[in-house]
This record gives sequence, structure tokens and C-alpha cells, in this order.
Amino acid sequence: MTTTEKERTAEKATVTLTFREAFHEALRDALQRDPTAFLMGEDVGRYGGCFGVSRGLLDEFGPERVRDTPLSESGFVGAGIGAALGGMHPIVEVMTVNFSLLALDQIVNNAATMLHMSGGQLNVPLVIRMTTGAGRQLAAQHSHSLEGWYAHIPGIRVLAPGTLADARGMLWTALQDPDPVLIFENGAQYGVAGELAADAGPVEIDHAAVRRAGDDLTVIAYGGSVPRALAAAEELAGDGVSAEVVDLRTLRPLDDATVLDSVRRTHRAVVVDEGWRSGGLSAEVAARIVEGAFYELDAPVARVCGAEVPIPYAKHLEQAAVPQVADVVSAALEVVGSG
Amino acid sequence: MRDPLLDLDRSEALRLLHEMVRIRRFEERCVELYSAERIRGFLHLYIGEEAVAAGAMGALRPTDAVVATYREHGHALARGVGAPSIMAEMFGVVEGCSRGRGGSMHLFDASTRFYGGNAIVAGGLPLAVGLALADRMSGRDGVTACFFGEGAVAEGEFHEAMNLAALWSLPVLFCCENNLYAMGTALERSESETDLALKASGYGVTAWAVDGMDVLACAAAARRAVDTVRGGGGPVFLEFRTYRFRAHSMYDPELYRSKEEVERWRERDPIDLFTARLAAAGLLEPGDLDRIEDEVVAEIDEAVRFAEAGTPEPVEDLTKDVYRRAV
Repeated sequence: MTTTEKERTAEKATVTLTFREAFHEALRDALQRDPTAFLMGEDVGRYGGCFGVSRGLLDEFGPERVRDTPLSESGFVGAGIGAALGGMHPIVEVMTVNFSLLALDQIVNNAATMLHMSGGQLNVPLVIRMTTGAGRQLAAQHSHSLEGWYAHIPGIRVLAPGTLADARGMLWTALQDPDPVLIFENGAQYGVAGELAADAGPVEIDHAAVRRAGDDLTVIAYGGSVPRALAAAEELAGDGVSAEVVDLRTLRPLDDATVLDSVRRTHRAVVVDEGWRSGGLSAEVAARIVEGAFYELDAPVARVCGAEVPIPYAKHLEQAAVPQVADVVSAALEVVGSG
Repeated sequence: MRDPLLDLDRSEALRLLHEMVRIRRFEERCVELYSAERIRGFLHLYIGEEAVAAGAMGALRPTDAVVATYREHGHALARGVGAPSIMAEMFGVVEGCSRGRGGSMHLFDASTRFYGGNAIVAGGLPLAVGLALADRMSGRDGVTACFFGEGAVAEGEFHEAMNLAALWSLPVLFCCENNLYAMGTALERSESETDLALKASGYGVTAWAVDGMDVLACAAAARRAVDTVRGGGGPVFLEFRTYRFRAHSMYDPELYRSKEEVERWRERDPIDLFTARLAAAGLLEPGDLDRIEDEVVAEIDEAVRFAEAGTPEPVEDLTKDVYRRAV
């Protein structure tokens, strides 16, 4: 548990809010506190954000700092990189990870390479936010989970907030970081409400977190899969299986230590990833467990991943295409030998 | 039209000539060093196009920013990045301006605000827009000059960057170096509209074409454009009509153009043209050319000595600077 989280546990006063509100508060806080920060993206201003996250910020901060852009992902992501080189702290919003592919050149060839390629001269203190994940019947061009691709790239940090505290707290830390940081907001979570400490603020962005302690197996998840992993752990408890849940939080650089520490205690692991299994983040996590804790394992590492299809529209098919609580439970029972 | 030579003092004339000769000789030495396998990777030569960088760069202040491409030795030299650190970069040693990580295509120098060295065609244009945006938002009166070839005009990023810069009226000087070939693809084989200034003006950007073989025309156009941009007139697009005398890179058999075409353009060699003009105007004194050649050779010899004495980066530092904050 981090210091911030300990402090929050001690703090009694909480507020009820949605992930959307938590992300909004983070943006507002950043714009208030950092005069070099500005928000830029499609419909972030007048429209209030494609998913309503930035509603009201245009009125409070004006059109220079809450900057609507044309539909030019490569252009405005690149402009964000240039502005960061010029001393600003841009927060660039791309509507979805699918759209970010139009900016892949700028992210991979410029943001990620600049510091190393320039011999350490030019860092890019940029934050790029985008939504990811299925669950809203938005079909095959708005629902994919491609954060694992980005986690492949040295030079960028990749964050996946899966809790309200992280939704509220990761942005500030990312914005003060000297390196480019991508924040993946799970689209299906925007409307989900929960309790958050009234004084919640910045959180560290380097470590995975144990969200639930357990002895029999470790369920590793991130982003939108964290609540599913926790629900699965609750269900497993009813079956007498004690599951520990590790929330990766940061997909690059991966915090191997927290994952391996847990697996060395439980001797079993299930990796949950909404992204596809082949060549995905789950493969990376599983490989690291095998590399780092092979002789501690009592069962093969299991994976619960998105079905290898473009995400379909029809609700029942969409649900079948992404990991559900029952899938996690069943994989967990399999690895503890009760399947 | 009044001959701009009449407004030129001798020292400025010699400076421009010196800069062009310096770039030419530097790159000729690079070719020798490439053949000797001291320089490796891709090496894209600017020979024939020197008037553009030499002419345009003088319009900028040290506080301005420059974004260039992978054919950028000339821009880096004209911007004031030291010849020794450029040569060392091509030798792949830590004394290089990018510590030997970038090579010929990725020259960077924060101290002169030289932002590459960008080897994705058109990839530098959005960066230039962002640098200009940062200047504007910070209340600075800087100009960002962005150099790119005409091949970039076919890329989506060109259109996105032009639109953004014009829409937000940002202080960007777009310097399109039209050397007629994107690698081996001729302009008329890749563009439905080959009048590039006309194309740029479609974005509401002030744009005009310049004789890129005439260093005075390049300098005058850049001065006028920079004045407009710095004065809040929004971005300007200059199409410098020029020609690359050498192959695209060291691996190019030049099957796409005739020797006769190259020879025709060589008759308009920017250095020869300017030298003849200065001589005719009486601005060139006996010994000027020899002195320039001597100075340039001495500088290049020194750059090569510096590079040869360079140290390879320790392999232990391979992953240094992937992140500024330690992972």
C-alpha cells in the first residue's frame, strides 16, 4: 500500500463520484495548478468532451487552454509533442485508442524516440489520454484494447487507471513526469460511481498494487478488468478459494516485483486482459512470471483474454468477446485444481 | 526590379558564399568518409540545394526554432550547430551532437534550438506547429522554421499541420524544398497539383515560390516571410525550387532521371551562379574565393580530427536516456 493510500484509509471523509467526475477533477486540478498545462483534442471544449469528461473546463479556462482541434490526430498529437519540446505541459485527448492509430507515427517515431535519439537533450513532458475497451456496443472501430501495443514501446509510460483513486490521481503525476505518458481510460467505467476520499490527490505511477489479499492464487488485471477480477475474487471466496488481486496500474514499465512477490506466495496465477491473447500484454505478464518464478509455480499460468475477433456490436456477442467475471472464476478454479 | 545585390554589403555577400561553400565541401568530405567506411547508415546529401539553407537561415534569430529532415547537414551547419559535433555524430561517437545515437539523419542541438533531424517524411511538420504553439502560449515572439522536401506534401501530416498552423495563426515558416524528386518519384508522378505554393494557399496560408538556386532570392524571401510570421501574420509557406545534384542517398543508382537533366540543373549551381554574380558586380576581390576555400577546408579538417578522436559510447549506457526519470 502506498503512502497516499494509507493516508486515504485513515481519512474518513469520502465523496461519491463517477470515474468521469474523477477524471474531470484531475483535469481541472491540473489546469488550475500548472500554468503550462493545457488540454487539446477533438471536441474537448465547446462539446464538453466526447464522453463528457472535460465539460465546463472551457468556461473556466478559456479556449487557449481548453483547445478544440480539427480531426487531425497525427497533427495535434504531433503539435502536443512540439509544444512539450517548447516548454509546455500539454494534455492531449484522443477520443479512443482506435483513433490513436492515426497518430501512431507521432507517438512511436517522435514522442518515444526523441530523448534517446537526441542523445538525452530533448525530453517530451506530454500526457496523452484516450479511452479504451469494450462494453458500450460501439463495435469494431471504437472498442479495442490496444494499450498492450503501446506497452511494447520503450520511451513512453503507459498507465491504466482501474480505480477511482487512480482516475483522480494519475494525471497530475503523469503531467509532472519528464517523459511522455499515455493514460488509458476505460470507456465502460465512465459512468461507474464509487467512494473516494474527499481529499484524494496525486498518486504514484510506478507500482502495481495489491487490491485484495489472498493465498491461493494471484489474479493479475488492469484498467476495466480490475473490478471484474475483484468480483471474481469475491465469488471465489464463497467457494473457499482465496484469490489475491494485483492491479498492474502501469503497463510500461511493468512492475514485475509486485507481481512476482504475489505469485511466489500464492504459487498460481491468472492474467486477465481485455486485449487479445496473441502477442498481447497478458503474454508479456505470463512470460515474466515464468521467467521470474517458474520454480515457485504449482500450475501453469492461465490467461483470460479478449476473444480474437473484432469487437462486435450485438450486446451478447460483445459480452462474449471480453473477459467476464465467470471466465475469471472458471480460470481460477482450473489453476487451483478445482475446475 | 532593383537588383538585391545593390543592397548587399560585401561582408554579407561573402558570408552567404562562405556558408554555401562550407556546406558543399563538408558534404563532399562526408562522401569520402562514407567510401572509407567511417560514416555508415544512410547519408542524404544536400549538394545543389545549399542556397536554401544558407539563404533562409540568416533570417532567423537564435531564439527561433528550426525543424528539419534527414537531409539536414546543411541546415544544421547554417543554423550554427558545430561542424565538429556534426561530423562526430556521423562517426557515431559521444562527442556527436546526438551522442552518436542519431547519425546523419538525426542531428539535434538544443542550444541552437535545432529540433532534428526527422526521418519520417512530414513527421516534423506537426512538431513545428507545436513549437510555435508553445511560443505563442508563452508570450514569446519566436518563429519556428520547418524545412521539408516536396515529397512531404503528399503526406497527411502536411495537410494536418498546414491546417492547424493556419487555423490558429501560428508563427511557423514552412520551407518546402522542392527538388522535384521524392527519392525517385517525380513531382508530376505524385501530385495532382504540382504548383505547391498554390496548394498551400488553399489553407489560407500566404505562399509563394522562390528560385532556390539563387541565394539572394532565398534570403530575401525568408526575411520577408519571417517578418510576416513574427509580426503576427500567421504562417507562411515558401516553395524553394531547387535541385539535388547527387543521388538520393548513397544507395541510389539514379534510374529515374537523365544525366542530361542533372547537367542542365548543374548549370544553375547556386555557388557558381552567386560567385559569377558577385564578380560581375565587383563585390568579389582577388583571393576571396581561395580564402573561403582555405577556411572551409581548415574547419572541416578540424571537424574530422575531432570526430576521429571521438569516443564510442560505453555499451553500458545503451539504455540511458530512454526515460529521463529513471525507471
